[in-house]
Amino acid sequence: MSAQEKPTEPLLALERIAKSFGIVQALDDVSLDFRAGEVLALVGENGAGKSTMMRIVEGVMPPDNGRILLDGAAVDFREPREAHLKGIRVIHQEPEIVPYLTVAENIFMGDMPRRAGLFLDWSSLEARTAEVLAEFGMERDLRPRQLCDALGPAQRQMIEIMRAVRAGGRLIAFDEPTSSLTDDEARRLFAVIRRLRTDGVSVIYISHRLPEIIELADRIAVLRDGKLVGMIAAAEASEEAITRLMVGRDLSGLFRRSRRTIGEAILTLDNLTTDHVRNISLSVRRGEVLGIGGLMGAGRSELAKAIVGYDRRKSGSVRMGGTEVPPNSPADAIRCGIGFAPEDRKREALLMFRSILDNASLCIPDRVSELGLFSRKRAFAVIEGIARKMAIKAPNLDVPVSSLSGGNQQKVVLARWLARQPSLLILDEPTRGIDVGAKAEIYRLIDELAGAGMAVILISSEMPELIGLADRVAVMAGGEITGMLDGGAIDESAILKLAMPGSSIKTPSEAA
Amino acid sequence: MNAIGKEAMERATSPKRQSRISSIKDRIGIHNVSLLLALAVLLVIFGALRGDVFFSSRNFLNIGLAVTILGVLAMSQTVVIVAGGLDISVGSMVGLTTVSAATALQMTESPALAILAGLVIGGIAGIVNGLIITYGRVNAVIATLGTMAIFRGIAFILSDGQSISIFNDTFRFMGVGTFLGLQFPIWVLIAAAVLFQVFLAKSIVGRNVYALGGNPVVARLSGIKVNRYRIGIYVMSGFFAGVAGILLAARTGSGQPISGSQGLELEAITAAVLGGCALQGGKGTVAGALLGVAIIGILNNGMILTSVPTFYQLLAKGSLLILAVIIAEYQQNRA
Repeated sequence: MSAQEKPTEPLLALERIAKSFGIVQALDDVSLDFRAGEVLALVGENGAGKSTMMRIVEGVMPPDNGRILLDGAAVDFREPREAHLKGIRVIHQEPEIVPYLTVAENIFMGDMPRRAGLFLDWSSLEARTAEVLAEFGMERDLRPRQLCDALGPAQRQMIEIMRAVRAGGRLIAFDEPTSSLTDDEARRLFAVIRRLRTDGVSVIYISHRLPEIIELADRIAVLRDGKLVGMIAAAEASEEAITRLMVGRDLSGLFRRSRRTIGEAILTLDNLTTDHVRNISLSVRRGEVLGIGGLMGAGRSELAKAIVGYDRRKSGSVRMGGTEVPPNSPADAIRCGIGFAPEDRKREALLMFRSILDNASLCIPDRVSELGLFSRKRAFAVIEGIARKMAIKAPNLDVPVSSLSGGNQQKVVLARWLARQPSLLILDEPTRGIDVGAKAEIYRLIDELAGAGMAVILISSEMPELIGLADRVAVMAGGEITGMLDGGAIDESAILKLAMPGSSIKTPSEAA
Repeated sequence: MNAIGKEAMERATSPKRQSRISSIKDRIGIHNVSLLLALAVLLVIFGALRGDVFFSSRNFLNIGLAVTILGVLAMSQTVVIVAGGLDISVGSMVGLTTVSAATALQMTESPALAILAGLVIGGIAGIVNGLIITYGRVNAVIATLGTMAIFRGIAFILSDGQSISIFNDTFRFMGVGTFLGLQFPIWVLIAAAVLFQVFLAKSIVGRNVYALGGNPVVARLSGIKVNRYRIGIYVMSGFFAGVAGILLAARTGSGQPISGSQGLELEAITAAVLGGCALQGGKGTVAGALLGVAIIGILNNGMILTSVPTFYQLLAKGSLLILAVIIAEYQQNRA
């Protein structure tokens, strides 16, 4: 049954919603309606505006412009609680479960049955939980009195879904729900979602996996750079059509690959093992871009943190140009010529309230000081040229980096390493959440650096980046390297196959 | 965007075309302006009540002398807080170092060795704090709350609970002597202020302290040896507790386990927070801390002159700390 045959009044409607962060237009005049008894899939590249839309729907942040209509009446959620009261729920990638409470308490959070208005009515809570579990076919997987701290991601997700439905959820949004699930768990989730649809719930489904979207959804909304660029009935959708809408431009023009002279190995890992990655052996050569592919949670960022000594090394070795890099010391890794631009700029890369100059000169203390005292003049001499070359958009170098757009913040991080001139640069999702223009500049920079003989490790969730920029791609899953692709062998289906070992979900090229 | 460097250069070299008031605000910071206002209010109140005594130059010298010890501790506490830590054992460390210096003087009769004893014992106490916090992974408040009792206990054991008298005139000069028209402790405070200002505002290590307090993950990934810095900061705090202890012992002519040093941690933290330190780290200045010290010094002095009973003075000091934190939080949220 498709939504077209059943024209219902929209449950929730977004009218001309706009939201910007600094100069980045995250959502631009988007109108979209969500109907009861329908699964609407939301697709788009990273940074297309999906998460922003979910945050606005859930009341985490207000839109700059536009209206939200619930059952035809305008609403203005000031915080998620207000949206929850109206039956709007978002199931996030990281389920919000209190680990040291029981399954029953987590499901009935905020609405527990009481005795004499004061004490928890355990027998009633257990009975009602058992009912809910039975309703979802989970009675064999979960017990009401079980503590949640030992549960896996799929079970935690189910608890959130049950909580949302039990609390009268009318619109439930799923943000990349299958990214941490096994194939089997994903199938069970799909069954639950279909049941929700039958029960008249409006479902929003966000995912990068096109085959499962086509299989599950009624309508598919495509976002690109904050705009709604397409609405397709799933019955008529093909992966090519969706991808074309998502990308919306000729990708080949975005990537530049000049002739690179690949030299000798500069970084060599031998059975590197931490709490998060196991037995990693690989080498990166001068002038080479090594891509690291894999799904979220595959251990890619953790590999970077293992190399730079942020995570405790349990065994194995890291060598730079033949010399051993001492374990557990990012300072020593930097000394040995390793630079690392982490994925989470705000938490791991930038001092948000310090200036561009301070942030960019953080790793070159010797070059910006005299007798141990900071010299503004020297720092300026080094950073100014780099900032100009990278076209950092800011009134001057003294503004705090918190006032910059995501793309310019990322450029400040890269400027820090250009100033340092490491022989190996590790970039973890360098284009996440930044606009297309800045992306293109960062791609150009990566190509230039490799052309100048720097070794680059590029960790990315965006397939086109890996395909367009990398000379080789190592694919990870479950904290291990599952395969290494070389030159012409790098394509989307090969990467996905290695990223999901043992999975029976078809890769896009096979399904197509 | 090619103009970016030029613009910034111009900004750095050419005079600003702004009104004088806003340029003053920029120079010393909006927070320090409000501290100066608070200071002015105190001056008006105490001036109105006891203007005859309060506004004498002798009284201001008295205030200066009275706050030297607090001044040194407030500045070192500022560094600790900027780095994202807290040291509530400073009062006990001061007590311990007065006893150590007095004992050393009694045994050797050498002022130099007495000074050395005070500084070294202070430094060792700081190492203990630093090791417990970094390698024991104990929260800084809890760790120094524990050592606050431990150091006080050691001071009692060393002194057998007695005051140890000091008769050496050379040593006592540091507390009561005058040099170029100013009392010696005031010179120590001035020297320490210059040192701390250069360290925090100018040195690479000082800038790294701000980075560490602002975001320890970023600091570590940028090659700052976080554990080494943390330990170093507590050693610094212990060392300057030693400086304060020597000044106290020289002024009172005795090493005392508790009298004179009790409650100094409260005043030092209050001054630092009044001065604009954010308790979550990464923010704070030497100038702010000194203004905080001035406020506490004038408040103490004014309350004595206007005969506020001692018990009520404690109420005022505690309220001041809480008020300072509330104001700081308010400003944080508004920013």
